[in-house]
Amino acid sequence: MAEFDITSQGADGMGPKGTKVGLLRVLGPAHVWALGVGIVLVGEYMGWNFAVGKGGAFAALIACWFAGILYTCVAMIDSEVTSTVAAAGGQYTQAKHIVGPLMAFNVGLYLVFAYTMLEAANAITVGFLIDTVAVMSGHEGLDQRPFIVLAIMFLAWLNYRGVLATLTFSLVITAIAFSSILILFVATSPLMGSDVLQHKALMTDLPYGWLGVLAAMHFGLWFYLGIEGTTQAAEEVRSPARALPFGTLAGIMTLLIAATLTWYVCVGLMPWEYLGQSGVPLFDAARMSGATSLMVLMGIGTLFATLASANGCINDSSRAWFAMGRDHYLPAWFGAVHPIYRTPYRSIIFLIPIALIFALGAPLDQVITFSILSGLLGYTFMPINIILFRRKWPMETIKRGYEHPFHPIPAIVLLSLCCVAYFAVFLGYGAQLVAMISFYIIVSLWFHFWRYRFVKRAAQFTMPWPRPRGY
Amino acid sequence: MTIWTLAEYAAWGLSAVFGLIIVTDWLRTDSTYSEEVLMSSQEGELEAMTEQHLLK
Repeated sequence: MAEFDITSQGADGMGPKGTKVGLLRVLGPAHVWALGVGIVLVGEYMGWNFAVGKGGAFAALIACWFAGILYTCVAMIDSEVTSTVAAAGGQYTQAKHIVGPLMAFNVGLYLVFAYTMLEAANAITVGFLIDTVAVMSGHEGLDQRPFIVLAIMFLAWLNYRGVLATLTFSLVITAIAFSSILILFVATSPLMGSDVLQHKALMTDLPYGWLGVLAAMHFGLWFYLGIEGTTQAAEEVRSPARALPFGTLAGIMTLLIAATLTWYVCVGLMPWEYLGQSGVPLFDAARMSGATSLMVLMGIGTLFATLASANGCINDSSRAWFAMGRDHYLPAWFGAVHPIYRTPYRSIIFLIPIALIFALGAPLDQVITFSILSGLLGYTFMPINIILFRRKWPMETIKRGYEHPFHPIPAIVLLSLCCVAYFAVFLGYGAQLVAMISFYIIVSLWFHFWRYRFVKRAAQFTMPWPRPRGY
Repeated sequence: MTIWTLAEYAAWGLSAVFGLIIVTDWLRTDSTYSEEVLMSSQEGELEAMTEQHLLK
């Protein structure tokens, strides 16, 4: 019998402690799904196909599946831990409770940088898409900047005004973007009598051998990068123990389907040499199919996927920043909640200019690489987190909303695949990897020797968990 | 002036409007409510449960 039951209707692991204005608990599992899938789905519409360029079509499929295993482990581990840590900040809050303050500070920064950089990359893509439409209509030399700025300002305003409207918007546009992939698959499928897919003629052996497969792993991450963002909704879902695992696991299943269908359709329509360099592979696949309606649909799908991703990124980065401010890991000023809209409004406002600077001033590939590397560091923390969690709070001490199976195999598999991904990233972006790790070491020193003195050490642990084993 | 040039101006204008709405509301909120209220959020506080306690 568990000493503490988070799924209990009577306690749910929390109790009133004097909050006058807090985040609003209005979200359901569908919003959690939309948050996770919404952030990621843009990776199906663009980016993943560079894996084809690195090692050919089959290498991209192998990378797709191995990255799928990596993220399935992420989703399972995250679902178990976050079903007991129903607070904003996601993995940051998990790290604070389970590992320690320095790990938590680093994980918090990984989250904020990963999401803010991805938001900037999405805004750049919105500008590029609108420019593409302008060129197709015969207008050359469009200034992309106002559309980049508008995308960020509109979504920031939406996030500022309330989480329910924000994630309902994400739910609608994500559902449309996902449905577009399904429609493209069905419309081009031989089952419908179509003969446009030419797998037999287009598929080749591995052009660069197994090293190409390894290199493809870097871009294989794009199929699923960001699904772990579901945990940031923990303080705003009505039933954390049920909604977070349900939304996260439904999300990874959706992405596994979307990734495989995307690969299947694209490699059947384009030779790997072309697909590996395409800017918008699904849109190009629709163009190759020869159907104007599909082309329009995939154009809309691409724009919606990009907006959903930026929207989710603003939501997640602001929650992580807010949680760090509330615990005084950053200035406490960021820990404020809007009394009417019930959002972390100061964190949302603070991150707007940062996203604008990167969106208007940094090259897309550098911005995305910084995002991927920050995400990868976050995934490396998760196996350590779950092993310590199970050791300090075994099953009989805290009842989980979800218990992931086969522990510790998912943790070991995740750690091993992270090592493979690091090597794959090092092959293409070694200098950035070293620069980014150096950056995190420097800010860790700053936190340890200066910032931690401002943290209220007792006040940061408010979860009514039992004492950990061995302490 | 083409429709795309107009769209550029419209995008700049809308961005400024959204920015202005956010900044105005931020300043109004900060001057209306005390810091104690705005920063009273505690980790682990389940508002829905608070409401349930009231119902009991």
